[in-house]
Amino acid sequence: MVVRLGLWAAGLGLVAAIAAGPANAQTPKKGGTLVFMIPADSPPSFDGHRETTFATVHATAPFYSVLIRVPPDNPASTTEFVCDLCTEMPKPTDDGKTYTFKIRPDVKWHDGSKLTARDVAASWNRIVFPPSGVTSARVTYYAMVDKIEAPDDNTVVFRLKRATTAFLPALADPFTYIYKKEILDKDQKWYEKNIMGSGPFKFGSYEIGQSIKGVRNPDYYHKGQPYLDAIEGIFADKQSVRVEAIRGDRAAMEFRGMPPSARDQLVKEAGKDVVVQDSDWNCGNIVTYNHKKKPFDDVRVRRALSLAVDHWGGAPALSKIAIVRTPGGIVFPGSPLAATKAELQQIAGFGPDIEKSRAEAKRLLKEAGQENLKFELTNRNVDQPYKFVGTWLIGEWKKIGVNVEQKVVPTGPWFAAMRGGTFDVVVDANCQSVVNPVLDTAKYLPKKVYPESYGDYDDPKSIELYNAMTQETDPAKQRAAMRAYEKHTLDTEAHGIVTPYWYRILVIRSYVKGWKISPSHYLNQDLANVWLDK
Amino acid sequence: MSVITRNGPAGALTDDTLPRKKTALDAVLNFFRRQPLGTAGLAIMLVMFLAAAFANVLTPFDPEENDFQAMMQAPSWTHLLGTDQMGRDIFSRLVYGARTALLVGFSAAFAGGLIGLVLGVASAYFGGWFDLVFQRILDVLMAFPLIILALAVVSVFGTGVFNVILAITIPLIPRCGRVVRASALAVREIPYVDAARALGFGHTRIVLRHMVPNVVGPFLILLSAFVGQAILAEASLSYLGLGVQEPVPAWGLMLQGGAEEYATTAPWIAIFPGLAIVMAVLGISLFGDALRDAIDPKLRDR
Amino acid sequence: MYRYIVTRLLLAVPTLVGAAALVFVLMRLIPGDVCVIRMGSGGSHVSQAAVDACRQQLGLNDHLFVQFLSFLGNYFTFDFGISMWSGRPVIQEIATRLPVSLQIAVMATLIAVLIAIPLGTISALRENTWLDHVVRVVAVAGIATPSFWLGIMSIVLVLDITYLATGKAWMPPIDYVSFWQDPIRNLSIVALPALTVGYRYSAVTMRMTRSAMLEVMREDYIRTARSKGLVEQIIVNRHALKNALLPVVTLIGIEFAFLIGGLVVTEQVFNLNGIGRLFVQAVQNQDNVLTQALTMLVVLIFVVSNLVVDVLYAWLDPRIRYS
Repeated sequence: MVVRLGLWAAGLGLVAAIAAGPANAQTPKKGGTLVFMIPADSPPSFDGHRETTFATVHATAPFYSVLIRVPPDNPASTTEFVCDLCTEMPKPTDDGKTYTFKIRPDVKWHDGSKLTARDVAASWNRIVFPPSGVTSARVTYYAMVDKIEAPDDNTVVFRLKRATTAFLPALADPFTYIYKKEILDKDQKWYEKNIMGSGPFKFGSYEIGQSIKGVRNPDYYHKGQPYLDAIEGIFADKQSVRVEAIRGDRAAMEFRGMPPSARDQLVKEAGKDVVVQDSDWNCGNIVTYNHKKKPFDDVRVRRALSLAVDHWGGAPALSKIAIVRTPGGIVFPGSPLAATKAELQQIAGFGPDIEKSRAEAKRLLKEAGQENLKFELTNRNVDQPYKFVGTWLIGEWKKIGVNVEQKVVPTGPWFAAMRGGTFDVVVDANCQSVVNPVLDTAKYLPKKVYPESYGDYDDPKSIELYNAMTQETDPAKQRAAMRAYEKHTLDTEAHGIVTPYWYRILVIRSYVKGWKISPSHYLNQDLANVWLDK
Repeated sequence: MSVITRNGPAGALTDDTLPRKKTALDAVLNFFRRQPLGTAGLAIMLVMFLAAAFANVLTPFDPEENDFQAMMQAPSWTHLLGTDQMGRDIFSRLVYGARTALLVGFSAAFAGGLIGLVLGVASAYFGGWFDLVFQRILDVLMAFPLIILALAVVSVFGTGVFNVILAITIPLIPRCGRVVRASALAVREIPYVDAARALGFGHTRIVLRHMVPNVVGPFLILLSAFVGQAILAEASLSYLGLGVQEPVPAWGLMLQGGAEEYATTAPWIAIFPGLAIVMAVLGISLFGDALRDAIDPKLRDR
Repeated sequence: MYRYIVTRLLLAVPTLVGAAALVFVLMRLIPGDVCVIRMGSGGSHVSQAAVDACRQQLGLNDHLFVQFLSFLGNYFTFDFGISMWSGRPVIQEIATRLPVSLQIAVMATLIAVLIAIPLGTISALRENTWLDHVVRVVAVAGIATPSFWLGIMSIVLVLDITYLATGKAWMPPIDYVSFWQDPIRNLSIVALPALTVGYRYSAVTMRMTRSAMLEVMREDYIRTARSKGLVEQIIVNRHALKNALLPVVTLIGIEFAFLIGGLVVTEQVFNLNGIGRLFVQAVQNQDNVLTQALTMLVVLIFVVSNLVVDVLYAWLDPRIRYS
C-alpha cells in the first residue's frame, strides 16, 4: 500500500507539473459555466459581515468586492496583500497608526450606480462598529481599529489605536464585503436575504438548499475579467456525494478540501482529466484540557498526555487517511512566525525520541498518582478530520496506559460542552481565514482575556508573553517572542496539544484553469480569474 | 431510519391460540423439514452467537488497535478480510462487532418488546380512560421521527452503546404495544377472564396467568422482527453520526466510514461490514418468518 | 361512518399536541443552540455579544412556557413561524422541498406495487418450491440491507460500470429540476433513489402479499371454488387476489406515511433537496422552529394516512363496520 501510494503521489506531481507548465503560457479563454460543489446544506444568510461559515463565502464572494485581499494569482503567500477596490497598498503614517486608501474611480455597482469611498467606509463601519440591532461577527477581531472615515469620494482612512502587524492581514478578511451605503441606510438587514454588489459576477438565482447561480458582470473593473460566463454552486453536505459528482464530472471541483482517499481514487481513475492542488491549511485540531476538572489541573498529567503523542510518527500515517499533514506549533507552518522543526523538537511530544518521551510520560503519571488514568474525550461528530484525529489520539494515549473513551456529539452540544466547561478533555479546533498568527494565537490565552479559550485556566505569564509578542513590530524579535509564548503554552504549562495541521487537498477537473489554492478555504473565492479550457 | 418505523407483516397477525402439545424433538425436527429457509436462518444466528461468545479466541488481532504500518490492506492470509483505514483487522472487528450487534439487537428488542407487552396487556385489560390515554401516547411515539429522539438521547447522554440502545428501544415500544393490545382485547372477551374476575382473583394474577400467555405467540414473532430492525437502526444512526462511536467495533459504524469514503478505493472496507449486517438481519428474519409459520395454527394445519 | 371519521379526527388532536410537546421538550434538552452553531461555524472568534443578540432576537431567552404557548397558539392561526437558521418562513422552506419527497415516495410506491404483488402472488401459489425460496430471500434481503449502503453502492456501481465500459465515469445529474420543467432530466435524477427506496418497500409488500395470499387460499370459499372445478387462474384472479389485497392496501398506506419521514437517509445519499434532508439540517442546526414544523407535518401525514387506510378498508371490505 505504501508503495502504491508513493507511486500515485509521484504521478500526482507529474500531473501537476504538466498542467502547470502550459497553463502559464496559455491565454485565458472566455465563456463557459463553472459548476462547483459547496460542502454545506445552505448558508444561514448572505450577509458576510454577520456570518462565519464558509458556506456564505463560497456562495456569495463572487458577487462582492473587498478593499484588499490576498493576491488572487499568488494566494499561497501569507505576507502579501493586494488591492481590490483601492488603487495601491498604502504606507502607514503616524507611526504606523494611520492607513489611507485611495478608491478606484471606475467601479460600478451591479445596479449601474457608482461605488465611492463612502460605501467602503459605511461597510467597514458596519463591520467594526455595528449599529445597534446589527450583528457583526468580527468586532473583537478589529479591536485595534479606532476610527474609519471617508473624507471624500475617493479616500478611506483607517485610524488605529496602536500600530500592529496584525492589521493588514485582518483587513484582507474575505467576509468584509463592500455594501452600498444607500441600501444600508434604508435597511441594515437587506443584505441578509438579498445580493447586490460590485464583484465579478451578478447574482442570478438561488434555490434554497440546492444551488446558487451567478452571471458575468460585463462592467467589472478588473479589465478582461471575469472569464466565465456563469457560475453555479451546488450545495451538498455529504462527502460521498461531492466525490461522486467530481468523479462523474457533474461538478468541476469543490473549494473546501477532500480526504486523501478521494484524491487517490480520482487521480487513479481520471488520470490527466483531474489536477490536484494541495496546501497546508490554516486550521487545526487542538486538544484542550479542562483545568477545572481533576486531574487536569495538574501540569504533570497534562504534560504526560502531551508527551505520549508521537507527532512525527503519526502525521505521515494520518495524512494517508485524514485531511491532516504537517506537525506544527501554535503558528501556521507556512508563516514566517512558525517554529522550525528543530524549535518544535523542544516541545513535549515533538521530541526526536518518542520512546524516551513515553517513558517520561509514564513517570509523570506515576508521580501524579494517575497511573490508571481514565477519561472521556469529547469530540465533534465530523469525520474529517475530527474523528480520525480523536481515534488516533486514543491509540497514542493507550500506549502509556491511559484509557480513553470517545464521546462524539453533534456541533451544537460540542460547542455547549466547551463553552459550559462540561468536558474532561475535548478535541477543539482553531480555524482561521487569512494567516494572521498574531491574532490567531490568541486562542491559547486564558479565558478571561479570550472567551473562546475553553481550558478555563488562569495564567498571567501567558498574557504577559502574548502581549510582548503582539507589541513587537520587528520581525526577528517578534519571532523570538512568539517562540517564548509557544514554549510556555505547549510545553511548560502544556495547556493543550496542537495536532498536525489540516491539509487542504482539492481535486479539480483539469479544464479548470487560473484558480490557485491558498491556505484557507475562505480565501480567493471571487472566481474572477478562473477560466475553462474546453 | 425507516427500518424502525415499519411494522412488518408479523405485526399484522394478531390471532393466535396455543400450539398443540408435541414432544420438543418432534417439533424441532418438523421445523427443520418444513422450513429450510428458517433452518438456514437459524444456522446464521448460531454462527453469530458463536462468534460473539468466542470472539477473543477467534480473532487474530486486537479490534481496537491502530496499526499505521498496515492501513487499508487488501484481504490476505494475515488479514483475512483486509484492514481498515486505521490499520485494524476487519475480520477481528467483524467478529467482535457480532457482540455489539447482538447486544444492541437483543437488548433493544427485549426492552422495547417487554415494555410494549406490559403496557399493551394492561391497556387492554383495564380499558376505559387508561386505554384511551395509552393509545394516544402510542400514536405519538409511533409517528414521531426517530432522528429527533436519537439526537436528543445522544446529545444529552453521549454516544455510548447503552444510549444507542435507548434511542432504538423507544420507537419499538408502540409497535409492540399495539399488536399485543389487539391480541389481548380478543382474549379479554373470552368468558374465562370474566370468570376469573368473578372468583375474586387480583388484577396482577389475571393479567399474568391468563392474558399474557395468550399473547405470547404474536409477541415472539414481533421480537424476532425487532432484533433485525434494531441492528439496522444502529446502522442508520451511524450514517447520521448518531450511532456507536470509534473505536468500539460495531458493524454500522464500520459501514458508515467505509461506504462514505472507501467504496471504490478499498471496497473491502465498505463491503464486508455491509454483508455482515445483511446476513445477520436476513438470518434473523428468515428464522422469524419460519417461527411464525410454525406457530400460526392456520399455516400449521395445512 | 361519518361519525367515525369525526371521532378519529378529534382523537388526532391530543396526538398532535402530544407530539408537539415531545418535540418541544426534546429539542430543548439538546445542549447548545442555533446561535452558537451559526456564530461558531468558523471554529473560533465567536463574539459573545453577537450570540446574545441572536438569542434575544430569536426569543430563545423567553421563558420555556411562553415559548411553548406561542408555538402552539400560532399553529392555530396557521402561523408556522420563521426558520431560525435561514430567517425564511417555514412554509416556504417546506414548500420548496415537499415536491421532491412526494415524487420519490409516489414513484417508490408504484415500483413496489408493480414488483411486489405479482411476485408475492407467485411465491404463495408455488409455496415451498425453489421459486418461492428465491423470491423470499430476495424480499428479505431488501429489508435486511441498510438503505444508505444500498444507495451509496448503487451510485458507485453506476460510476464504476460506466467507467469500465467507456473509460469515463458517468452519473445522473445532481441538480434537481421538476418533472414539468424537464421530464427526462427529472426522471434521470430520481430514478436511482426511487429504485432503491422502491426495492426496500417492495420487499415489505411482497412478504405481506405472500402471507395474505396463503391465508386466503385456505379459506373455505376457495376450496368450494376449487371443488366446483373452476380454473385455477380464475380462482386466483377473481377471488383470492381480491381479498388478499386488503391487508396489502393497509400496509401500503401505512408505509407511505412512514416513507415521508423515512426518506431521511436516502435524500442524504442522493443529495436530494427534500423534506428528509431538510429535517436533518433543521435538527443539526438546532433550528427549533423548523424542526417542530417538520415533526408536526410528519405526524399529521401519519395520522391522516392511517385514517384514510381505515376508511378505505371499511369501504373495500363490507364485513367491517366502524362505530
